[in-house]
This record gives sequence, structure tokens and C-alpha cells, in this order.
Amino acid sequence: MFRKSLKPALGWLDLELTERCNNNCIHCCINLPKDDLAAKKRELSTDRIKEILKEAALLGCMTVRFTGGEPLLREDFTELYLFARRSGLKVMIFTNATLITPELAQIFAHTPPFEKMEVTVYGMKEKSYEAVTGVKGSFIAAFRGIDLLRKHKIPFVVKGALLPNNKDEIDEFEAWAKNIPWMDGQPPSYSMFFDLRCRRDAKSQQIKKVRLSAEEGLQVLTRKKNKYIKGMQEFCSKFMRSSGDNLFSCGSGNSSGCVDAYGFFQPCMMLRHPQTVYDLKKGSLEDAVTNFFPKVRKLKAQNKDYLERCAHCFLKGLCEQCPAKSWSEYGTLDTPIEYLCEIAHAQARFLGLVRENEVAWEVENWKERIDELSAKKLEE
Amino acid sequence: MEAKVSLEKIYAPSQDVVARQVQGEFIIIPITSGIGDLEDEIFTLNETGRAIWDRLDGKKNLKQVAKDLSTDFDAESDAIEKDLLGLTQELIKRKMLVEVGRG
Repeated sequence: MFRKSLKPALGWLDLELTERCNNNCIHCCINLPKDDLAAKKRELSTDRIKEILKEAALLGCMTVRFTGGEPLLREDFTELYLFARRSGLKVMIFTNATLITPELAQIFAHTPPFEKMEVTVYGMKEKSYEAVTGVKGSFIAAFRGIDLLRKHKIPFVVKGALLPNNKDEIDEFEAWAKNIPWMDGQPPSYSMFFDLRCRRDAKSQQIKKVRLSAEEGLQVLTRKKNKYIKGMQEFCSKFMRSSGDNLFSCGSGNSSGCVDAYGFFQPCMMLRHPQTVYDLKKGSLEDAVTNFFPKVRKLKAQNKDYLERCAHCFLKGLCEQCPAKSWSEYGTLDTPIEYLCEIAHAQARFLGLVRENEVAWEVENWKERIDELSAKKLEE
Repeated sequence: MEAKVSLEKIYAPSQDVVARQVQGEFIIIPITSGIGDLEDEIFTLNETGRAIWDRLDGKKNLKQVAKDLSTDFDAESDAIEKDLLGLTQELIKRKMLVEVGRG
């Protein structure tokens, strides 16, 4: 009669509460200034967000992720958070932690999000941190927020963004993160191959300058060589294959999606191509999930280079090429992204899946190479 | 110390949980801390459990609820009372139900 459920029934919704942020990170794909009044004016109202949350719950959604920009920047954040929880939704929060006050920490302690909060840390020193965020005082504010989370035992994990300013602090960051109980002893995840601006504005040029090159990224990924290879042996045996002309090989828009700050419903947080975005002013989450997204997910690649290269490339599992990235890089859904191709090939060469001067889409015996990688004995 | 569950008492869902029907399952989701065994536990009630939950509305005592269930499900009142007391005890233990009076 009374049994414990194995897992939440279904469903996930990302809700971008604002594009505005109190930081001005040099690598960020979305942030607008915190006092951008034009953006603020366009943002969804409190009532509209509540309606969306209510509909999400009716559709069976179990978790909503509040993201941004900086979601805590919204003056109605607490109201929306408590509404979501009272609607029976778990809430995941992506935040820089700088705006966590003692009062907010108490609210989280009394009414827990029931999903680990995710805090991005931009450096372990004031100088490196604020060289990324561009905001004086953000370092102290972030660590004060993190201390409040710890003090109130609010589960959270930390993530890193590796940039020229802070990449030498990676060992210090990992040692510090190890002591956060909710990390479960796992190292933090990092972003380093940054997405360009999802609104495709001029700041993309700045991001290009600070994202790590394929070789620099490879050095970070293979810092613990055996661990990396062991992980990739398992990964490659399961996830390496070409995806043909199907544009969507991820789960985006499949019982999930992201509502942006202005009420447009997207298959994923990054994909803002007009062809793939649903206007909630003209319809409902249900219509988007049941009618619109399935059509989007059936879209096929048409770009000639994509069809010659990506469609036949067995590195699909290693490569982040996708419609969202193509959108932010080129304003299309299917243009091959050289940067991502370089990253995938750098890893594949390191693993012995692709030889020097080869390109993966021309490798015919790729299955044999994956078997060889799987069989490889690691040095002690 | 938990109060003894009694057929004469009236119970209602706690304000600190939300019950939802999701994909054919009836689940109880804690809202505040200290509900359930673990912080993020979600509980599922089967059809019988749900029938009981729906009748624990803060108006009728357990004896009356058992009588209603006995009529609705054409079942022996003794067996119903046993199930009802068991589930109520369990839900009280997890702070998902609260005692609101006697009747």
C-alpha cells in the first residue's frame, strides 16, 4: 500500500528567469548587464511564470531548473521558488552564489530545493576570480554565499570555468571542492570549450579569445591519463557511431525543454534558432512538447559539408557538434564547427582512434580501432 | 514521541507535502525539510492507498472513513480498519498526515 518510488515519474523543464547577471563574465554565452532595463521590461511576469510552472506540473514535470543569467537577480525569485516547490516540483538552481543572503539560505533550509544547487566558481583567488567576472567584490560575495549554503546544510555542487586567468589554479580548486560533502568525492566538472553567444551578438569575438584551444583542453582532460583513458574505453565502446543526417542525437525537446526569459520555449537552453523556438504567447507547453518539438527533432541536415563529414563521422560521441552550437557559431543548424571538430580529433588522436593526418569521417575500420582501445592494458 | 493512531481521531494531509498524480502514479512530495525518511524522498501510493488518502480530509474520523471505504469497496470493515490504521500510522510517522481533532 505504501511504497517508496524508485525515481521521479518524469519530466524536466529549464526556466531561464532572466538573461541579466550581476557578474560580467568574459566567457558567458548569455549575460546582459544586471540593470539592463529594456531586457528586464521584456521578461516574463511573475504571474506568467507561475502559470508556466503550474502547466509544467500538470504535464508531469518533476524538476524545474532555474537558470539565467543569474536567477537570484529577479526580485520575485523567492516567490517563484516557493511557488514551484508548493506545486510539487523539485528545483535545481544554477547560480554564482553571490546573491545568497542569510534570509534566502534559511528559506532553502526550511523548504529545500530537493535538487543539488550548482554553483560555478571562477577562480580561487580574488584577482583571478574577478578577472573573469569583471566585478569588484564578486569573489568575497560568492564565497560568502557558498559558506551560507554550507552552514545551512543546503546541498550544492561546484563547477569550474577554465580560462587563461584561472587554469593554473585547477589543483587548488579540486582540493577545495573535495571537502564539499555533496560532491561525493568526485572532482568538479569544468567548462572550457565555451559556447559563443546564443543571441549571436558581438561579444562572441571576446569568447573566442578566451576559450581553450583543442590542445590546451586535451592537456586538462588528460591530466590524470589512466583515469581518462579508462573512462574513454568504456565511453567509446558505447557511444561512438555516426548519426547520419539526423540533426538531433541528444534528448533535447524530448519531454523536456527550456523557456527563455521572454516566453519562448526551446528544445534546449542554447538553441534559439527561429525555426526551433515556440512562442508561448501563441500556445502552450503541452502543444510544444507534443506537436512542435517532435517535428523539430525530425529535422535533417542539408549542409553539404555536414553531409560529407559529420554525417559519416564516428566521433559523434566525442564531438559536441549539434544544432545549438551551429546556431551560436554560424546562425545555422547544420554547419560543421571547426573548433569542435579539432577538439574531437585531438582526443581521438590521443586515444589512437585517428592517426596523424587522418580525418575521422574517412576511417573505415573505426569499429576495430574502438575494440583495440577497449582491449588496451593501462600502465600502472 | 508519536501520538497513538486511533479510529476516533480525525486526520488531514500535512501542509508540508503536495500530492500529485503523475503518469498514472499517485505520489506524495515533501515540501519542507524533515518530511519522510530522507530529504528528497518521494512516496507513491497504490490505488488503495490513494483511496484512503483522498478520504483523510480533516472532516471525518477514521471510523467513519473505514465505513465509507467498506461501502465503496464492498469489503469487510475489520480488514479496512486494519489497513487504514496501518497506513495512517505510517503517514503520521513520516509527518505527511497530521491529527486535526476527534470526532
